[in-house]
Amino acid sequence: MRRYISKFGITIILLLVILTLSTFTVDQREHALVFRLGEIVSVKETPGLYIKAPLIDNVRFFEKRIMTYDPPQPDRFITSEKKNVLVDSYIKWRIIDPAQYYVSVNGDEAQAERRLTQTVNDGLRAEFGKRTIQEVVSGERSEIMDILKEKADIDSRKIGIEIIDVRLRRVDLPKEVSESVYQRMNAERKSVANELRSQGFADSEKIRAEAERQRDIIITDAYRDAQKVKGEGDAKAARIYADAFSKNKEFYDFYRSLEAYRKSFSGKEDILVLDPNSDFFKYLRGSRKK
Amino acid sequence: MRNIFKKLSLKNILAANNDGPPDLDELFSDLRKRIDNMFKINSTNNGDNGDLNSNKEPINENPSGISIGSIILIVLLVWMATGFYIVDQGSRGVVLRFGKYIETKQPGPRWHLPYPIETAEIVNQEQVRTNEVGYRSSGNTGGTSQELRESLMLTGDENIIDLQFAVQYNLKSVQDYLFNNRSVENSVRGAAETAIREIVGKSAMDFVLYEGREEIAIKTKALMQDILDRYRSGINITSVTMQNAQPPEQVQAAFDDAVKAKQDLERQKNEGQAYANDIIPKARGTASRLIAEANGYKVAIENEANGNASRFNQILTEYTRAPEVTRKRLFLETQEQIMSSVSKVIVDQKGTNSLLYLPLDKLIKQSALDEDEQDQTKASNQKEDAKALASDVINSITERSRGAFRARERDVR
Repeated sequence: MRRYISKFGITIILLLVILTLSTFTVDQREHALVFRLGEIVSVKETPGLYIKAPLIDNVRFFEKRIMTYDPPQPDRFITSEKKNVLVDSYIKWRIIDPAQYYVSVNGDEAQAERRLTQTVNDGLRAEFGKRTIQEVVSGERSEIMDILKEKADIDSRKIGIEIIDVRLRRVDLPKEVSESVYQRMNAERKSVANELRSQGFADSEKIRAEAERQRDIIITDAYRDAQKVKGEGDAKAARIYADAFSKNKEFYDFYRSLEAYRKSFSGKEDILVLDPNSDFFKYLRGSRKK
Repeated sequence: MRNIFKKLSLKNILAANNDGPPDLDELFSDLRKRIDNMFKINSTNNGDNGDLNSNKEPINENPSGISIGSIILIVLLVWMATGFYIVDQGSRGVVLRFGKYIETKQPGPRWHLPYPIETAEIVNQEQVRTNEVGYRSSGNTGGTSQELRESLMLTGDENIIDLQFAVQYNLKSVQDYLFNNRSVENSVRGAAETAIREIVGKSAMDFVLYEGREEIAIKTKALMQDILDRYRSGINITSVTMQNAQPPEQVQAAFDDAVKAKQDLERQKNEGQAYANDIIPKARGTASRLIAEANGYKVAIENEANGNASRFNQILTEYTRAPEVTRKRLFLETQEQIMSSVSKVIVDQKGTNSLLYLPLDKLIKQSALDEDEQDQTKASNQKEDAKALASDVINSITERSRGAFRARERDVR
């Protein structure tokens, strides 16, 4: 019985070993190449369980997903106006032909990335050389990226790679150029500030002048109306006086003169130097009838 | 023989699973039947399974066979149990069979065929992830540190600005997320940087800094989504939020000054407006005053004229009745009034030929002094004051209403 158990156990272990050696799984995320004694015999593109010859067959797996190559350092390129720009780009790529990929770059990602960088940098140099900074930064950015992608894709298919995308991540100016940009920005802002301040002064003056104009108009209008009203009053008064006084011109003369005298001599500070022979004093000189 | 069992059971399990979600009860009873069958073939009997094997012949030759069966059963059960897993709320379980995608499981307790047949990967689909560009917030302190390399960018008018923003995203497809891209987080960061620079590169600086911030964020979000969809990354950008859009440090002062200048402009305008708001209502007030005064003057002068005229008319009536007497009376009354109030010097020049010395200035002074003393000694100063006030009022209202003034003065006296 004990022999039987051990036999049973050994059989199972043996079976498992054989199973492991003669099968392999291809993940959803991988390609697999099956080598028989160094020669590629089949390419497994679809995921699943596969059988291979144990010991003779050798399987290598390759990434099927999209990978990103992001160069560690931005590269310098010269634009058409002979200015330097620092360009930081990234490449999205994918292995589409693992056999070709293996043959061309020995299945080494770093090597593949070097190839890609060269191709893309050549493209960048050519495209940037044709354009100004302005065009690179704003106008034709997406066109450049499309052109680069097309070019790189054609080239990379030779090594079993598809280029999904080439994107300019950063297009920056070198430090010394940045400094001059800052200076220009400073100058621009200063001029804007000055303009704003002068504009403020101008606006303020305009408002003040307008206000003063309105004030003058309001007051002079009122003055005109007031004078008109006063004139009406004066006229009416004059008519009233004329009507009344013209009834007896001689008496008016007399009456008004008396009033004027009364008004003229009214206080102690007025000193009258009189002649006792005046009409007023006639009775002081004697009481006989004149 | 064991080989056959293994293959059989495996196939069976696979078949059961292929029909849809595996029915566990069925699976286990199936398994158990198979194990029992094997025991029967092996001529072993199991006391524990007595009720199931009641129809079989009891064979007690090999009692140690019990232990072999139990071991296999336990090993199998443990193996099967490794297939249990729990998918949390908001997550999805992605099941792969021999590396091939089979299905995506909703949240809940789940079971897959144990390794190495099936594997399950649990991915949090709904959790919102954040990617910060241009800055990094340092976890617990709440502070942020700037990443100048990421945040400085060129605008369309060749200026440099400092932009910091955060991208929030979750997954719209777990399969795409798992199977189409290596290092998806990096893809998001890359897409964010390239998208914002493309958008900012097409905009003018003032637009990015001030009025266009929202628009930049919206456009960036759309472009990012577009880029990430091109990679079939399964990413869903939920929002792009601008944290900070400002000019770079080197030009900050100049920009601040420009902003201040703008405020100065507003301030100056406001000051001008304040001045206007001060003088115009005042002018209106003055105008109203002028009009009111004019109207008052008009009424006053008319009244005055009417009064004077009426007085004159009445006197005239009396005068026409007795002109001689009235004339004389008026003349004398006037003389009397004048003489009683003024200082008088009567000089008879007829009698003397010598030159008369009259110190008029002294006389005037003297008389003024007398008046002052008189004023001071006067018991009722108030009466004087009232007179002054009255005359003031009258004077100010109707400058020329002398008649009224005089009448009043006489009344007071």
